[in-house]
Amino acid sequence: MQRLSHSIPLLCAIVLAVFGPMLSPYLSDLVVKVMILSIFALSLELLVGMTGLVSLGHAAFYGIGAYATVLGSGKDGGSIALLLPLAMGSAAAYALAVGALSLRTRGVYFIMVTLAFAQMAFFVFHDTALGGGSDGIYMYIRPTLGALDMENRYTQFYVVLAALVLTYGLLALIRRSRFGAALAGIRVNEQRMRAAGFAVYGYKLAAFVIAGALAGLAGFLLASRDGVVNPELLAWHNSGEVLLMIILGGLGHLRGAVIGAVAFTLLKELLSTHALVGPLADHWQLTLGLAIIAFVALLPKGIIGIAARISPAAAKPAKGAAA
Amino acid sequence: MDFGTFLVQCLNSVQYGLLLFLVASGLTLIFGIMGVINLAHGSFYMLGAYMAFALSPLFGDQFIVMLAVGVVLAAVFGYLLEWAFFSYLYQRDHLQQVLMTYGLILVFEELRSILVGNDVHGVKAPPWLEGSFALGNLMSYPWYRLFASAACVVLAVGLYYVVNRTRLGMMIRAGASNRDMVRGLGIDIRRLYRIVFAAGVALAALAGMIAAPMSSVYPGMGASVLIICFVVVVIGGIGSITGALVASLLVGFVDTFGKVFFAELSGMGVYVLMAIVLIWRPEGLMGRKV
Amino acid sequence: MSHRIARTTLTALALACVATLGHAQQGKLKVGLMLPFSGTYAALGVAIENGFRLRLEEQGGKFAGREIEFVKVDDESDPAKATDNVNKLIKRDNVDVIIGTVHSGVAMAMAKAAKESGTVLIVPNAGADAVTGPMCAQNIFRSSFSNWQPAYAMGEVSGKQGKKKAMTITWKYAAGDESVAGFKEGFEKAGGKVDKQLTVPFPNVEFQALLTEIAAAKPDVVYAFFAGGGAVKFVKDYAAAGLNKTIPLVGPGFLTDGTLEAQGESAQGMQTTLHYADGLNTPRDTAFRTAYAKSFKLQPDVYAVQGYDAAQILGIGLAAVKGDISKKAEFAAAVEKAKIDSPRGTFTMNKAHNPVQDVYLRKVEGNENKLVNIAVKNLADPARGCKL
Repeated sequence: MQRLSHSIPLLCAIVLAVFGPMLSPYLSDLVVKVMILSIFALSLELLVGMTGLVSLGHAAFYGIGAYATVLGSGKDGGSIALLLPLAMGSAAAYALAVGALSLRTRGVYFIMVTLAFAQMAFFVFHDTALGGGSDGIYMYIRPTLGALDMENRYTQFYVVLAALVLTYGLLALIRRSRFGAALAGIRVNEQRMRAAGFAVYGYKLAAFVIAGALAGLAGFLLASRDGVVNPELLAWHNSGEVLLMIILGGLGHLRGAVIGAVAFTLLKELLSTHALVGPLADHWQLTLGLAIIAFVALLPKGIIGIAARISPAAAKPAKGAAA
Repeated sequence: MDFGTFLVQCLNSVQYGLLLFLVASGLTLIFGIMGVINLAHGSFYMLGAYMAFALSPLFGDQFIVMLAVGVVLAAVFGYLLEWAFFSYLYQRDHLQQVLMTYGLILVFEELRSILVGNDVHGVKAPPWLEGSFALGNLMSYPWYRLFASAACVVLAVGLYYVVNRTRLGMMIRAGASNRDMVRGLGIDIRRLYRIVFAAGVALAALAGMIAAPMSSVYPGMGASVLIICFVVVVIGGIGSITGALVASLLVGFVDTFGKVFFAELSGMGVYVLMAIVLIWRPEGLMGRKV
Repeated sequence: MSHRIARTTLTALALACVATLGHAQQGKLKVGLMLPFSGTYAALGVAIENGFRLRLEEQGGKFAGREIEFVKVDDESDPAKATDNVNKLIKRDNVDVIIGTVHSGVAMAMAKAAKESGTVLIVPNAGADAVTGPMCAQNIFRSSFSNWQPAYAMGEVSGKQGKKKAMTITWKYAAGDESVAGFKEGFEKAGGKVDKQLTVPFPNVEFQALLTEIAAAKPDVVYAFFAGGGAVKFVKDYAAAGLNKTIPLVGPGFLTDGTLEAQGESAQGMQTTLHYADGLNTPRDTAFRTAYAKSFKLQPDVYAVQGYDAAQILGIGLAAVKGDISKKAEFAAAVEKAKIDSPRGTFTMNKAHNPVQDVYLRKVEGNENKLVNIAVKNLADPARGCKL
């Protein structure tokens, strides 16, 4: 059963790689979007699920990565080799600044402070001449690297898929490493870790920055897909939604982040399709809100939690992760 | 900037800050006493504003009466909401509270959309407060804004009195310091929570009602006030009403003068202020050291 | 058995042939309407759709002999969802033409997608200069205005009225920036000078601090760009501060369109510029207004006119290519040469496909923006950055 939890994600990746080109342009777009959201959700999983830091401002790093990509492209487009590090680097830099300040607080304060700093970034892009204001900015030419051209939808698909596989792999590795074990310890009992001599602040900050960088990666991919960015990417609604995704899927599991991203996107689509819910589709915010409340109240362990009730072994966390 | 303009800007700052205080005090009470992070607090502010919009034609002149009615309605709503929904949140961890109150915001927003629509509405000030008085020969200052500031001062004093001089206030302060001890002493903590929550909702709604003639009634108003309130609570310290007052006024000044001197960056000014406070005192100006 | 199978197969084949023949003869034209049907701009979305449908009805329900099949998407004026929404129309629903939208941010995403896919896009409102500027394309058209146009006209008018010192105030977003820039260009060309440019974060409506600034600076005229609720609030606050008695407030028509009832006394006598006005009293406009009021039991506004003219543009283009929407170059050529007989007056298109039109000076009288005179005749947006 242990092997199953490793092989299922790998299997999914292979299926996607093989069947990707056969999808219609619309479906392919949708799958790419979900994969990007999965990377975004995975980055937050590192913070919330592994380290126990509830951040309500994660969308800031996502948006900064996206904006850095568009701003760095200028009028002639840019190289992936330049824009990707730029996106991840800017996001990581902001994460370092925000983390250094926010991690001085704990609990409820931390949640509010991360929200406030995300809002500050939002205002920078919304109000100043840096971004294009509330209308956003568009990219003239998508990033390229040698033969890879993000204008080509197949390239887009495979680049995003590769990024997802790498992110998943990286996080699985972190989980099994000593670093990951320390994070898990901090999540369970910070006091004890400090007493044991761990530089708790440093570990938390490191996790915060890595999570920020990965969110920046997702932002880069989003900008490459859409060709246009706007400040709403940094809005707190986005931060709230990505938090929802990981809870929906199941906190504490990497698969949970991906499952959650898929489920949430599907849920939103379903709730706004007239064919399925009739007139309620116009009031999808209401049904979504109620669904969220019901879900969190009744199924706090997420979709993986449901699987656990059916088959306890399938939901066992990967070997090496702390209890 | 000449002295006259400076004074007027100070007046603007204080008026904005005091209004913010009303909303933030409710939020900090709910945080401090019940330990619940409530993202939907901004929705109560919006509720108040829309109530003003709905009730204003019915009450015409009797503005104070309308405010009183609004407060009672909001308090009842808060009481019921606590009983039906929020009381289940105390056991849950912060993440779940965040998400459930986030869902609540969506529900409120959509309900508002269904019941009242999405248009922006104006609310008229009552006839006896309409018009402006001359501030030298510079400009006129609306009477209503002066009234708003005065009302907020009265409420702030009232709040201080209740919290510091009454038995209820004593229980509130005790509950903020040590919840379990209060329960251990035989005080019905559930009833206390319900009252505090209702009071928080009423304060926010009242702020919304007072603000309506000044800032219009529009769909996004809950969200914008919520985040600024979070900043106020962080700067002032959770659970501290005095902290909330000081922080609100600080935010009022930074925001107003920021708009004048740094137009583009004015939105960020408050966050820079928060960052500075965090570097200096992470628990807030008057918060307890965690 | 085989007899039956053979017969069924032959019938199926025959039907298939007919079907493809029918398709080749052009079935319905799929038009995607991506407009705000909810949110603050819902009324504008409705007006635009109404105007469009009115024109279609006048043409007997067909353009160039083709019936129209509408696919509606509510863009919720949300730029974050714009790319996904327009992709739904282009890739999932395979529309031939897209009509939309009101919000400039959403329109930018739509223009980008349309430029990439080649789908014909007609913008019935969003004034972002970029749509007929750097993002212009052979297949992108606009039936409304560019943010620059009414603003420039107001600047020229104010300058010619002898005003020397001006201050501007607006929300800090693209539409506001472009509008203020247009005013500044027109005003400074007519001999004036813009002293200070004040901004308010969008969609904030707390104006007290800035009104104090204006009062202290005492300019000759204040140019403001706000729309909807913000416009209502600003005009009222301006009057409450007593400034309307000492410093005239002017702006583009959006400051007083659809908001007069809420603004009441505070807006009386205000001058604004727009490519449409009440009381034009031309036969064309009167006919349009009567027909619109009859069909929809509502008074038309500039948005309805823009929707109506978007339909006219589509009709003209389609007629020129005899219904074959794939002939993009001929479609564009026909529209570029056309003289569109609009209720606002006749207008033509500039090379970036933005209307070249008369901008009127209007004055608020009661609940109407009454026509005073023509502020600037045949004003063309300079289409800076367009490589067409």
